[in-house]
Amino acid sequence: MSRELFTFKGGVHPSGHKEASNTRPIHPAPLPKTLVIPLRQHIGNPAKPRVSVGERVLKGQMIAAASGAISTAVHASSSGVVTAIDEQPVPHISGLADLCITIKTDGRDEWIPHAPLDYQTMTAADLRLRLRDMGLAGLGGAVFPSAVKLDPGTAQTCPTLIINGGECEPWITCDDVLMRSHADEILQGTAIMRHLLGSSEILIGIEDNKPEALDAMRAAAAKLDFAVEVIAVPACYPGGGAKQMIETLTGKQVPSGKLSTDIGIQVFNVGTAHALARAVHHGEPLISRLVTVTGHVLRPQNFEVLIGTPMHLLITLAGDREGMSGVLMGGPMMGMPMPDLEVPVIKATNCILVKSDALFPPLPRALPCIRCTRCADACPAELQPQELFRFAKAGDFGRAQEYHLFDCIECGCCSYVCPSHIPLVDFYRYAKSEIWAHEKDKQAADLARERHEFRLFRQEREKAEKAEKLAAKAQAKRAELTATPAASGAATPTEADAKKALIAAALARAQAKKAEAAPQNTDNLSPDTQHEIAEIEARRAKILELARQPLESEEKT
Amino acid sequence: MPSPFILDRSSVTQIMAWVLVALLPGIGAYVWLFGPGILVTLTLATVTALAAETAMLKARGYPAKPFLTDLSAIVTAWLLALSLPSLAPWWLIITGTLFAIVVAKHLYGGLGQNIFNPAMIGYAVLIVSFPVQMTQWAGPLELTSLDSSGVHLTLAQSAAVIFGSDLPKATLDAITMATPLDVLRTGLHQQMTGVGFEWLAAAFLLGGLLLWALRIISWQVPLAFLAGIWLTAGFLHFFDAGRFGAPWFHLFTPSVMLCAFFIATDPVSGATTPRGKLVFGLGAGFLTMVIRTWGGFPDGVAFAILLMNVCVPLIDQYTQPRIYGGARKEPRA
Repeated sequence: MSRELFTFKGGVHPSGHKEASNTRPIHPAPLPKTLVIPLRQHIGNPAKPRVSVGERVLKGQMIAAASGAISTAVHASSSGVVTAIDEQPVPHISGLADLCITIKTDGRDEWIPHAPLDYQTMTAADLRLRLRDMGLAGLGGAVFPSAVKLDPGTAQTCPTLIINGGECEPWITCDDVLMRSHADEILQGTAIMRHLLGSSEILIGIEDNKPEALDAMRAAAAKLDFAVEVIAVPACYPGGGAKQMIETLTGKQVPSGKLSTDIGIQVFNVGTAHALARAVHHGEPLISRLVTVTGHVLRPQNFEVLIGTPMHLLITLAGDREGMSGVLMGGPMMGMPMPDLEVPVIKATNCILVKSDALFPPLPRALPCIRCTRCADACPAELQPQELFRFAKAGDFGRAQEYHLFDCIECGCCSYVCPSHIPLVDFYRYAKSEIWAHEKDKQAADLARERHEFRLFRQEREKAEKAEKLAAKAQAKRAELTATPAASGAATPTEADAKKALIAAALARAQAKKAEAAPQNTDNLSPDTQHEIAEIEARRAKILELARQPLESEEKT
Repeated sequence: MPSPFILDRSSVTQIMAWVLVALLPGIGAYVWLFGPGILVTLTLATVTALAAETAMLKARGYPAKPFLTDLSAIVTAWLLALSLPSLAPWWLIITGTLFAIVVAKHLYGGLGQNIFNPAMIGYAVLIVSFPVQMTQWAGPLELTSLDSSGVHLTLAQSAAVIFGSDLPKATLDAITMATPLDVLRTGLHQQMTGVGFEWLAAAFLLGGLLLWALRIISWQVPLAFLAGIWLTAGFLHFFDAGRFGAPWFHLFTPSVMLCAFFIATDPVSGATTPRGKLVFGLGAGFLTMVIRTWGGFPDGVAFAILLMNVCVPLIDQYTQPRIYGGARKEPRA
């Protein structure tokens, strides 16, 4: 390949263990008796149920609709009857239950009528709306609603489209086998993305430890009527991270606190491209995905799994063994432990990694930090992890933020190399959640204070009005009594008006000042969190507007 | 337990063990030059350090095993022992080691918490408190053998000297001379060239290069430290070659090489940012030369390091590197 590649700073080289699962063909997982489908599988607002308990649903039927700008729909993965809409255990780090729709399958696997979309004749907005209703979300792990990412926005076009086949996490091979077996469909999806984003440059980055996938993708790319560069990038964790892939392929860095689209680049996972092709060319919503089941199992392999399938079913299918010490969703670097194996496979489930003490020895006791800065050398975000650790441990979250805590991508490289075996990422997660909690408290406090200020203002105003009325009354009485021409009578209301205007102006000034002085520490958050906060802000603004309305109507009268 | 669930094989013990291994060439050269007395010193310092470490861990309510096996106390002991005169009395060795481990390390919070390099604190305390004993060095073998009875002391004889037994007067005279650095200061260095100190320096350099090759130390600190020495010495030599030694001569002293690769590179008490490491090394090199030239003590390495230790928080704060996707220049005040 002629293309000049760039190296991102940091990164580590853990052993891949890919060969464990990438040689067996994709195996369809059987239809389970019940499917538990969470409404919050993606980043953004959870989907809103569209079915009721007892209702029969068909395979591919939308059972919950997208709500709000950042959201996507959820579908029945097979036909059957809705038996419950309630809180069930879900694969989430918190271990908390979340709202799910439970479907008792009828074994008929009966599809809802569906047809391909003629994406070239549809308007882009229509197509995006359809994709949102088909439940598309990023399958690389972040599960960001794809329809949102496929909107170039005010820029009209996104010049560079990167299809990410990095798959840098050890053990996981679902993207690898997908590229080997479904390269054509991935590229069909790529064509649709190119169409929606108006991209002129299309790059496909694949780590060089996947030669078969590279070959398959190159062969498929050669058949296309537009230029696609399939590029082998050096295997280095977290080289498959979007920011790292962008730097490797283009030499550009996404500015801190911004999105890649701000520098004209959009990145999609190969799995997402495949799902998009299925949606557009077959009319199939996102109801299944490839899942690697590997680690301490007899036959590590990739399964085509219906969303909502309980995880234990897949482990049994791959051959469970004695000595299981835990199960992760995702890889060993960023995966999360599953509290319960009843939890369903969701759109984000790329891998089910079964642990054993032999494969994953318990982590040794942590020693104090000796400031060796190996973490800083390994950090792909180019942070100073040892300083962040110090601040987080000391509870000095302000300093942690100053040292760019929110640029941390939680890739785990620092913990991986730490000779003191300190669970560094844990400290960063803790610091982030503390800051978010503080932020929420502060917003609540701000709202309460605004309400209080408005109440004081209202009381003041009512008092003034009362006084005014009394004065007017008194005056009228006086006028009546003394029959003096009420020359001064007109002055009182004018004075009151002026006073009111003054109060209103002062209030507006104070609010503007407050808005200006608002902390900017949300700048460096991940886009998802920013979206979340933006929504909260929007809700707040609405409440404030409602609170201001009486004031405005008052001014008019 | 949250992610990540895998670790590479590094550990504090492994790092410290490599540091000890890298000191072996220097120790070998030391034995060859000065006789096996250093082995007694090293052993005594090691035993004292481990005993002090155990006692302090117990007193502070920490488990002894994970902290004793991290080998950091032994590294401190060896670095101090190698900085002492080759036949220093036993109480000097014990006092220095105790001060290093108990005060400089544990009273500041133990491993990773000390703001000063413990070995250098031990050395500084000794040289301030016992200047006479600290400046009596046995000459290298070649020098002593020029004397009438100048023979290498055996291990037993060395131990006897260290633990205070009497020795024949002639032997004592032969082993008592000004420290190599005093010799430097008084302009006798012409005689010193070629007698072996360079070999000791070279052995430390060899060990240091091993640590660099293993990525246990970064290149910034040693290079900057040596550059600081060389530039300052070169500047002085340029203006008055008669009074100030040649820069290469200052560079190839054992204390400079030991400091460049083993002492200035202590991660705990040193700067952490790449640019900060350069500043730290340059500053330490410059201060070493300043103290060597105008100070009252025979060598400036210990005080230079301690002075730079004080500056570390400031250096780190003002040398924070650009982050991924960050602005080219950090507008930090």
